[in-house]
Amino acid sequence: MSRSPGRKQENDKISRELFVLTYGALVAQLCKDYEKDEDVNTCLDRMGYGIGIRLIDDFLARSGVKKCRSYSETADMIAQVAFKMYLGVTPSVICSSAAGNEFSLILDKNPLVDFVEELPAERASLCYCNLLCGVIRGALEMVHLAAEVTFLQDRLKGDAVTEIGITFLRKPEDRKHKR
Amino acid sequence: MAIFSVYVVNKAGGLIYQLDHYAPRADTEKTFSFPLDLVLRPHDERVVVAFGQRDGIRVGHAVLAINGAEVNGRLTADGKDVLEFLGNPANYPVSIRFGRHRLSSNEKLMLASMFHSLFAIGSQLSPEVGSSGIEMLETDTFKLHCFQTLTGIKFMVLADPRQTGIDALLRKIYEIYSDFALKNPFYSLEMPIRCELFDQNLKLALEVAEKAGPFGPGS
Repeated sequence: MSRSPGRKQENDKISRELFVLTYGALVAQLCKDYEKDEDVNTCLDRMGYGIGIRLIDDFLARSGVKKCRSYSETADMIAQVAFKMYLGVTPSVICSSAAGNEFSLILDKNPLVDFVEELPAERASLCYCNLLCGVIRGALEMVHLAAEVTFLQDRLKGDAVTEIGITFLRKPEDRKHKR
Repeated sequence: MAIFSVYVVNKAGGLIYQLDHYAPRADTEKTFSFPLDLVLRPHDERVVVAFGQRDGIRVGHAVLAINGAEVNGRLTADGKDVLEFLGNPANYPVSIRFGRHRLSSNEKLMLASMFHSLFAIGSQLSPEVGSSGIEMLETDTFKLHCFQTLTGIKFMVLADPRQTGIDALLRKIYEIYSDFALKNPFYSLEMPIRCELFDQNLKLALEVAEKAGPFGPGS
């Protein structure tokens, strides 16, 4: 993270536990408020979207990265720079379509599920970390990249890994000469 | 070395923040006797000097005050028409203050939108493919620097031509915006920024940039 010299170095970090607990409390409350798993997932996604549209400028301001020239560059940027900056983990990126617009981020460590073993039986289709999908979707939308972001695999549901799928919806040719 | 003003324009071209940090006011007040050797004419809502530049009174300067009382557009403080008043020899000798008129907020809004459009036209006109828009506009008396983020927000800084470090300042303003405006949960995106912390930190950043002077922290 690069901060210019004029700014006070903020070494007073907040504890990771508090953050993970807060997220857990959020999901727990949503589960109480909504009966259906889909509703909770949608709500988490919406919240994440609200975070993503604001977080993108923070990311761009701090990392100073240049405009990405391809979808794969974008996916790499999300995995290697953004995830590292905000969650301290670096997922690996796989391109899962010949057209070059579908990518998967494989997370082997996910700080948000530090204290969660598995989902309760009545919440089998809950996407616990759906907030992350919303964040990615919101952030991409603000840089004019429409995308669908979902969880393809989830360790909490018994899969081997946690996989986030990003599908970019528009062709890069549409964005030529813009700005 | 001075930074004159900062403008923040949203994606749609609307001005969402404006700060006048330093205005080089060059007001000139002089006493005149009849007949007035300046040619005055009405322009928009003001009376401006059309001809007869002298002694610091330049063409384009507006009549700001007569005999110490500020004029109200084209009318004097008493409600009389300025040109009529100055055409009457009985009112002389008279002391008139001339200077550049300050922009009203509506005018600033309009100018910001206009710049937004010119910025876009600039990128279209460029012979190079994939150019950004206007990044710098240089004149004798000021330089306008513009930085557009990947999200479409533009930060503009008007500064003295000799001021350096403006690029770093623009990036710093972007950071301040992403912190104190965006992270404020009660601030709606694309709306005018009314965040006290944003104001304070911006002014601090401007002061730091100005103090660094012409040998700025590398731009």
